[in-house]
Amino acid sequence: MNANEIHDRIKDRFPDGIVEFKIDATVDPFIVVRPELIRDIAVFLSSDPELKFDYLMSISGMDYNDGNLGVVYHISSMEKRHRITLKVKLPKTDAQVPSVESIWKTANWHERESFDLFGIVFQGHPDMRRILLPDDWEGNPLRKDYKAQEYYHGMKVPY
Amino acid sequence: MGLLDKQFEDGNIVITSIDNLLNWARLSSLWQMQFGLACCAIEMMAASASHFDMMRFGVIPRATPRQSDVIIISGTVSMKMAIRIKKLYEQMAEPRYVISMGSCSNSGGPYWKYGYSVLKGVDRIIPVDVYVPGCPPRPDALLEGLMRLQEKIRKESRVKKNVEGLIQPAPKVEAV
Amino acid sequence: MAELRTEEMVLNMGPQHPSTHGVLRVELVVDGEVVVDAIPHIGYLHRCFEKHAEALNYQQIVPYCDRMDYLGSMNNDHAYVLGVEKLLNIQVPERVEYIRVIMAEFQRIASHLVSIGTYGLDIGAFTPFLFCFRDREMILDLFEMTCGARLLYNYMWPGGLSHDLPAGFVEKARAFIKHFRPAMKELNDLLSYNEIFVKRTANVGVLPADIAINYGASGPTLRGSGVKWDLRKCEPYSVYNKFDWDIVVGTGEMGTLGDCWDRYMVKVWEIEQSLRIIEQALDTLPEGDVQAAIPKRVRPPVGEVYVRSESPRGELAYYIVSDGSQKPYRVKGRAPSFSNLSLLPEISRGYLIADMIAIIGSVDITLGDVDR
Ligand code: SF4
Repeated sequence: MNANEIHDRIKDRFPDGIVEFKIDATVDPFIVVRPELIRDIAVFLSSDPELKFDYLMSISGMDYNDGNLGVVYHISSMEKRHRITLKVKLPKTDAQVPSVESIWKTANWHERESFDLFGIVFQGHPDMRRILLPDDWEGNPLRKDYKAQEYYHGMKVPY
Repeated sequence: MGLLDKQFEDGNIVITSIDNLLNWARLSSLWQMQFGLACCAIEMMAASASHFDMMRFGVIPRATPRQSDVIIISGTVSMKMAIRIKKLYEQMAEPRYVISMGSCSNSGGPYWKYGYSVLKGVDRIIPVDVYVPGCPPRPDALLEGLMRLQEKIRKESRVKKNVEGLIQPAPKVEAV
Repeated sequence: MAELRTEEMVLNMGPQHPSTHGVLRVELVVDGEVVVDAIPHIGYLHRCFEKHAEALNYQQIVPYCDRMDYLGSMNNDHAYVLGVEKLLNIQVPERVEYIRVIMAEFQRIASHLVSIGTYGLDIGAFTPFLFCFRDREMILDLFEMTCGARLLYNYMWPGGLSHDLPAGFVEKARAFIKHFRPAMKELNDLLSYNEIFVKRTANVGVLPADIAINYGASGPTLRGSGVKWDLRKCEPYSVYNKFDWDIVVGTGEMGTLGDCWDRYMVKVWEIEQSLRIIEQALDTLPEGDVQAAIPKRVRPPVGEVYVRSESPRGELAYYIVSDGSQKPYRVKGRAPSFSNLSLLPEISRGYLIADMIAIIGSVDITLGDVDR
């Protein structure tokens, strides 16, 4: 299926779930969906016999630098050989989104990574801890306004 | 230069100073802690494999810090790891030596500016004896560094304390 | 005796452990000798790749890609430059792609050799390690004569290569292949079909295919479970569709499908396939200029791409977002080892502590790739 057909199929099922759909030359096609629906959409995508998205490639956090954070889901289907990108946008002040860990286990670590580096909280995730940085680290490094702390346990952080 | 110069003509008696004997023994059996951090560790592995054969210098990898004499910091030291390295270093028995291999452990290397979680130089937490530059240093360079360390050990003395600032105080890090 | 339950103990393995291949730490919950749970802790080599990518311009990122998965540097660069070229919408000369494929496949062999050698070392066979590194040095010699570096190359640039192949490369590469085929047989006799080795690895760490897919496993870890999935064939990129080769999958020959031996053996068989690709690429190497298309200043239009490629460890992808300036807005490296490692608890429950060594080794991670 191509991106248009995938979009239509999601649209049929979730008429008001889609915020934006973009398909043009310089970008991979993506669909922006409402954050609170992402779990339901994920269940639909993975179980629908026409779509069968069984493989979550990656989850990337984003900082759009306009007061919004985002999560980008790249999913594909091994059987049907198609793929699509889903995005959600979250306000920086209340960055929460339902977890898709129960559908694709890959999400477990990828969501923890976004939590670690962007401070996005995934609701319903079984183990929401920092993954790359130490537990007592301050701040979320990949946010655009991040400033590294001066000292970590007596070790100077900036050069 | 070595011990055997001072051998009597036809006996198996060797006269030497304690310093010489101990230094000779130490420098020719530097047991290395089997411990790799990052890309440089691959070159360290290559150095101990068939082509470069580090073992001919008496360097045998040991899996525990308590049996090793030298720790080769081979790669990027992150903040999370720095605390462990400090702990490992403290577990080694004296005399202990540190070779800092590669730009990363010398100074932060390519990560010196934007690497928020990278320790900019392992000498901020433990005293370093020999720095080997390069990113990554070739195995030959590591061997050179090792030989430098051997030279350094050869000059050590147990009688005259603190020769040439050999014994440096360890930099302070808060315990965790 | 079944109801006799002893107290569980937590055992820490790593980050300094001879067989965790770097700075992985695994927290084992054990009941006697049996592993009840294994919780990997990572991040001991977090080098902020993504932060660097936001602060540097497109060409400057290539060396950092090298350092992500330092055993597969060429493959990392390949994926990244393909992404940038797709954003820029430029076409590179065919010779460039051929050379890239040759390099990437040599790198795959070199990487698999390290993985095989150290796997033998973990399990207690020292000699194969020496054999593997002997042959790997020959590949490194080829790289060195091409671009001067042994491990981290900075060889592929957006739009081309840093150097053309030097004189004598093709002959030397052919000579290597001629030497290497019998050496592989020797290795198989010595290690792969060794009774002790098989006993340690067969029927250990069995990974069913559906769990592998659900956890996003890829590369030899996935193929070891019998899934015929290789991005070089399934979503061909570069010039891989011009060559004739096969996807190898685990067969369960020595035990159960998806056990450690299968994952190991897939790597051994893949080496042969890589040799086939290299041979064909050397035979049909087109002429041309390798630097013709290199732009002075890279400034892609606003957009984003997600490029997938098959690195020695599995699906390596870069998600590159451009805001039209000289620096990318965001680069995410989707590292194969990261996802592969996350299924470690799944395949280690119920086995013995000694089997953990075999299991961790068979998943074949590079910590630089896991932590980035
Ligand atoms: S100095 Fe270079 S090769 Fe060594 S660990 Fe650092 S980045 Fe890797």
